[in-house]
Amino acid sequence: MNTKASELALEAAATDRNSYLMAEARKQREIVGRPVPRKEGRAKVTGAARYIDDLTLPGMIYGATVRSNAARGRIKSIDFGEGLPWDEFIIVTAKDIPGANAVALILLDQPYLAAEFVNHPEEPILLLAHPDKHLLEVARRAVTIEIEPLPAIFTIDESLAKKEIIWGEDNTFKSYLVDKGNVDEVWSRDDVVIVEGEYRTGAQEHVYIETNGVIAIANAEEGLTVWGSMQCPYYIHKALIKLFNLPEEKIRVVQTETGGGFGGKEEYPSMIAGHAALLAWKSGKPVKIIYDRAEDMAATTKRHPARTRHRTAVTRDGKLVAQEIDFVVDGGAYATLSSVVLSRGTIHAAGPYSCPNVRINARAVATNAPPHGAFRGFGAPQSIFALERHMDKAARAVGLSAAEFRRRNFIRENETTATQQTIRERVDMDGLLARAFELSDYKAKTERFARENANGSKIKRGMGFASFMHGAGFTGSGEVFLQSVVGCEATADGRVRVLAASTEIGQGTNTIFAQIAADALKLDYDMIEVSQPDTANVPNSGPTVASRTCMIVGKLVESAALGLRQTLQGASLLGETYTADEWRAACRAYVEERGALKSFSKYQPPPGIVWDEGKYQGDAYGAFAWAVYVAEVSIDLVTYETRVEDFVAVQEVGRVIHPVLAAGQIEGGVAQAIGYTLYEKVAWREGRMANSQMTNYIIPTAMDVPPIRVHFEETPYPYGPAGAKGIGELPMDGAAPAILNAIENATGASFTHIPLMPEDLMSKFGDLA
Amino acid sequence: MTETFGKVKISCTVNGEPRTFESYPMARLLDVLREELRLTGTKEGCGEGECGACSVLVDGALVNSCLIPALQIEGANVKTIEGMATGAQLHRVQEAFLECGGAQCGICTPGMVIAAVSLLEQNSQPTDADIRAGLAGNLCRCTGYIKIFEAVVRACQHDEVKR
Repeated sequence: MNTKASELALEAAATDRNSYLMAEARKQREIVGRPVPRKEGRAKVTGAARYIDDLTLPGMIYGATVRSNAARGRIKSIDFGEGLPWDEFIIVTAKDIPGANAVALILLDQPYLAAEFVNHPEEPILLLAHPDKHLLEVARRAVTIEIEPLPAIFTIDESLAKKEIIWGEDNTFKSYLVDKGNVDEVWSRDDVVIVEGEYRTGAQEHVYIETNGVIAIANAEEGLTVWGSMQCPYYIHKALIKLFNLPEEKIRVVQTETGGGFGGKEEYPSMIAGHAALLAWKSGKPVKIIYDRAEDMAATTKRHPARTRHRTAVTRDGKLVAQEIDFVVDGGAYATLSSVVLSRGTIHAAGPYSCPNVRINARAVATNAPPHGAFRGFGAPQSIFALERHMDKAARAVGLSAAEFRRRNFIRENETTATQQTIRERVDMDGLLARAFELSDYKAKTERFARENANGSKIKRGMGFASFMHGAGFTGSGEVFLQSVVGCEATADGRVRVLAASTEIGQGTNTIFAQIAADALKLDYDMIEVSQPDTANVPNSGPTVASRTCMIVGKLVESAALGLRQTLQGASLLGETYTADEWRAACRAYVEERGALKSFSKYQPPPGIVWDEGKYQGDAYGAFAWAVYVAEVSIDLVTYETRVEDFVAVQEVGRVIHPVLAAGQIEGGVAQAIGYTLYEKVAWREGRMANSQMTNYIIPTAMDVPPIRVHFEETPYPYGPAGAKGIGELPMDGAAPAILNAIENATGASFTHIPLMPEDLMSKFGDLA
Repeated sequence: MTETFGKVKISCTVNGEPRTFESYPMARLLDVLREELRLTGTKEGCGEGECGACSVLVDGALVNSCLIPALQIEGANVKTIEGMATGAQLHRVQEAFLECGGAQCGICTPGMVIAAVSLLEQNSQPTDADIRAGLAGNLCRCTGYIKIFEAVVRACQHDEVKR
């Protein structure tokens, strides 16, 4: 072949390649935005996915927990009933703990096993293990722990009144003050109307369908390994270091397929993992602990009950001029995450409105109930419920419609929130409200229901809505302190593996990470895999909480993936544009010549984020999701049943990475919030959940959910992966106030608490019926 | 209590295969499947017949396997989630769950798929109300059920294409 011919051949090849690349570009190969198959979907629909209770190790024995039957008291004696072969059992008490008897989280106040005092019902005191799980259960019931009772307190009011001091100096885990402008100068003005209200929300149980469970192995030489159902492998890692006083490399935590979390597997798994590890340490055998439903419901965390008081000044033309908010959450017996839950609830308490004077006083207080914990929304559903009920009340006080009052106060670009965060992103609450009204046919239905309700029907119908926002990522400087890291590794055959501790708990982590990495590298979705979270293999990308997995961790996935490409391009193995085959060849060349091809990316805050922790002032979140939710309800005044007949959820969450998964998040969150509002009542008896069964703690079934119509407005967020923001918690926030607003629209009755049960309606309307 | 009567020999058919095993007569079918036969696709959510995660078909009837004593399956034909696909070919209901996003965390999914299959076997063109009633015994905490309803509708459409 002469020179000319070879040049022509090269040119032809180049032209082929260019036309290939152009064709690919024309096909818009972007994977973000497409409903690609869920990565682990096939394993889930075939039953092949392995959850913790599906795993068995050779020689494995079973563990159980003996718990406090008193709310507060001093442990006097432990009696092992007669007739059982106790020498066959592994028995662990606080004395067997090799390191610190405290669950390492924020404070170190919660023991793994109560030694002298108990502070809540179901507090763990003693652990048992045996190869026969039936005999183990007999033995658990045969242990009698005598507790000399001490006075206990069970409500926010009792705790605030210091009826007993049960924690610290004054029962207060944490308090915050947010102060903007000066509300005190407003109350005496004669051009304002002052509106006051008090609102209460109850506890809520997560009811993930897979209960908490772990398997642990332990020995002095190799250390500990724990497998389990969890959201945050590195939380457990940190907790076990303290509990066993072992160096970090001696502890390995692996997440197995996890059957739902919703926050319930954020902090609690550190407890059950520690218990299994203690039994494994003492026995030298693998130990499995799986809670049954009753134990899981009674002993593990729930959403914080809350009380919120509002005092609001509104000008006669409907402008908010002062919001004074007193927000209190019940943290239960130990500090756990209450300070952080309180923080999010506080920051969201004044909502998506522009108000020049805002004061928020917030406290998390102790009661003798099992510690309340993380639950989707994390304090925000509580304070937003109060605000959005109160906004309807304030609208009426100045003679405006609920919608018009909100329109006059919606926050806009360059205005500031309660923490004086200037909104720099595009925000269009008016647009979301208009779209939500259009989709729900709000105006026409409201008018029609008003006419029909006046006809004396026993079924009253109504429409209600709530407008709200939800901040994504850790609050304030939280993300900076977390210093999250994500890795990407390319193998010699060009496959890319995402290395992150962020867990797949049903929300779609595996899938969206693969989409984000695929688009960053212009590779097929199938070429990307996501590693099982295993602290021995993945860096700490932070906990799987706070609507941060997509926006914060996803961005790190994107930059770690781009790092792989830069490495290959820097080594002159890859051109500016490339085919999948060229990518594979470059990876092979790199791995064979230089070894493993890995890239790590560490969190960097977006520019201009400033947070003052002392004043609780500044940029609380990198970005907010914005939403308006509309509920249509019917209330049967014979049975006192409330049904949500239709639900429209309109939100702006930045770019939608996966339309089916994203809609699934909203629908699932709305259903959970409908349960929170109308069905899910924890029956408390002296700090103990009396209805710890699915039979009498009722979550929504297929018969109970309305059509949930989801609409996304997409405004790309410049610092999120492919423009995405957070989404997971948002749908928990808006349904409760929307439903109660609709009930008021239907009946004229102003209810101020949830869950709102038929009994509550009966006591209100009983005389009428 | 289960030990009082001693173990008995039980023969039945599971996913088309004859199986014989020893079990306490009052042992839960759920435990027999998961522990004796190592078919762990059937899940335990509540242990009291409320959540449906342990749903299986016994002689074609949808049951909660946590409420069925082992003795009751003597001679019966049991079908679990492991018997739904034919080799690599998923059942149309499984396909539809994948396409529509009917599975999130996946723990209710085996029971939900079984319940949907059972529904479609009795009613090939269910209405929205039929679907809701047919799945009312199976709790899901992730999806809000909407994508599951869509999956059942999609599975019916798959069926139409086949005909």
